[in-house]
Amino acid sequence: MELKLKIWRQKNSGEKGAIIDYNVKKIDPDMSFLEMLDVLNQDLIKSGEEPVAFDHDCREGICGMCSLVINGSPHGPDKGTTTCQLHMRRFKSGDTIYIEPFRGTAFPVIKDLVVDRSAFDRIQQSGGYVSVNTSGNTVDANATPIPKPDADEAFKAAACIGCGACVASCKNSSAMLFVGAKVSQYSRLPQGKVEARERVLNMVKQMDKEGFGNCTNTGACEAHCPKGISLDNILNLNREYIKAKIRK
Amino acid sequence: MALSGIFLMVFLVQHLAINLTSLIPDNGYTFNKISHFMGYNPVVQFILQPILMLGVCFHFTMGIFLEYQNRRARKSKYVFHKTRSSWISKNMILSGLVVLAFLALHFYDFWVPEMDYKYVSKLIPAEDRYYHELQEKFHNSTRTVIYCISFVLLGLHLNHGLASSFQSVGVTTSSQKKLKLIANIYSISIAIGFTVVAVFHYFSH
Repeated sequence: MELKLKIWRQKNSGEKGAIIDYNVKKIDPDMSFLEMLDVLNQDLIKSGEEPVAFDHDCREGICGMCSLVINGSPHGPDKGTTTCQLHMRRFKSGDTIYIEPFRGTAFPVIKDLVVDRSAFDRIQQSGGYVSVNTSGNTVDANATPIPKPDADEAFKAAACIGCGACVASCKNSSAMLFVGAKVSQYSRLPQGKVEARERVLNMVKQMDKEGFGNCTNTGACEAHCPKGISLDNILNLNREYIKAKIRK
Repeated sequence: MALSGIFLMVFLVQHLAINLTSLIPDNGYTFNKISHFMGYNPVVQFILQPILMLGVCFHFTMGIFLEYQNRRARKSKYVFHKTRSSWISKNMILSGLVVLAFLALHFYDFWVPEMDYKYVSKLIPAEDRYYHELQEKFHNSTRTVIYCISFVLLGLHLNHGLASSFQSVGVTTSSQKKLKLIANIYSISIAIGFTVVAVFHYFSH
């Protein structure tokens, strides 16, 4: 396969970026999208040019490290997959592919296609945890009975890998799906109910502080989420937030 | 935003119900009776009307403020962006501004003359004038077309707005599909209802 790539290149967060055209040849249809970028970078290094910086880690759809907006869609055209799970057989030889970083004021570009998603870490640190007594009398989690529907819902919410595709797809760069998933993951379990009020208030406060936009319920986040995190988590977040505000 | 939206949606049902009485073939008797009650009842005039005005002002002020915040949340735009969401859900500010412009026209057409009649010119209350005034307004084809286009955009605005407002206040139904169905029925009924009234009076004059 031969492809025309239009890739966002940006030296650092302080400088302006631009789309630069590249041609790649000898791309195997069974290569992953990231392997195709590896081929491009190999060519760039050989010709003495700066390789394209992009995020990646596990390359099996688990870690949430890979990002990229491919032809306008975060994680590419396939539903329910991350960029690293996208294969070149999804494209035709001669295709033009636009590759951009996840965009949002809270996700500043570090270099080329790499963005700083530490805003998510700070939101998580503000309340996305359950305090456990580890002084020797820790209660086995399995000793607490949990209704099956609640356990299932918490598990589905916990499938969020925190990649940021929700922010990248949302026209408002809202992080409500991410925060909703993290809040729901704990609020549906008895262990998480103790700190439920502080958790939702602190996480929403941190989300606003980071500069994410507001949710206008367009549903783009759910549609582009590689893990299929449901909009119901945003509904649950709103409910938990209102409950917490009333009890304040 | 969501609460003021729900409040305005309830008001629209009441507004449409009164407007639909103008279709009753009694030469406007029922419509005149209800309109006169709404126009001269002190609770409606001095308590409910100011609350409604505040609701409208709050809704569009918040809408514009949230749009400003949301635009700031992505200062650097995509060169190529394709989202899997409906056009109307992404353009609520656009449909909202059209509805706001329509509201200005609607106030100019009906509310301003009414205020002038009652509080500036201080004319004698006449119970039989409302139906006639309504027919007069919709005699103008340009106005009727502008109203009908606005009703379509109002319907689209409500279609996303209803489902979105319930989501925002954390009220759930058994499924998202059910909520969407309710939103479809409500928004289509409102848009068609108001359009039918406008078109009926345009042709029946």
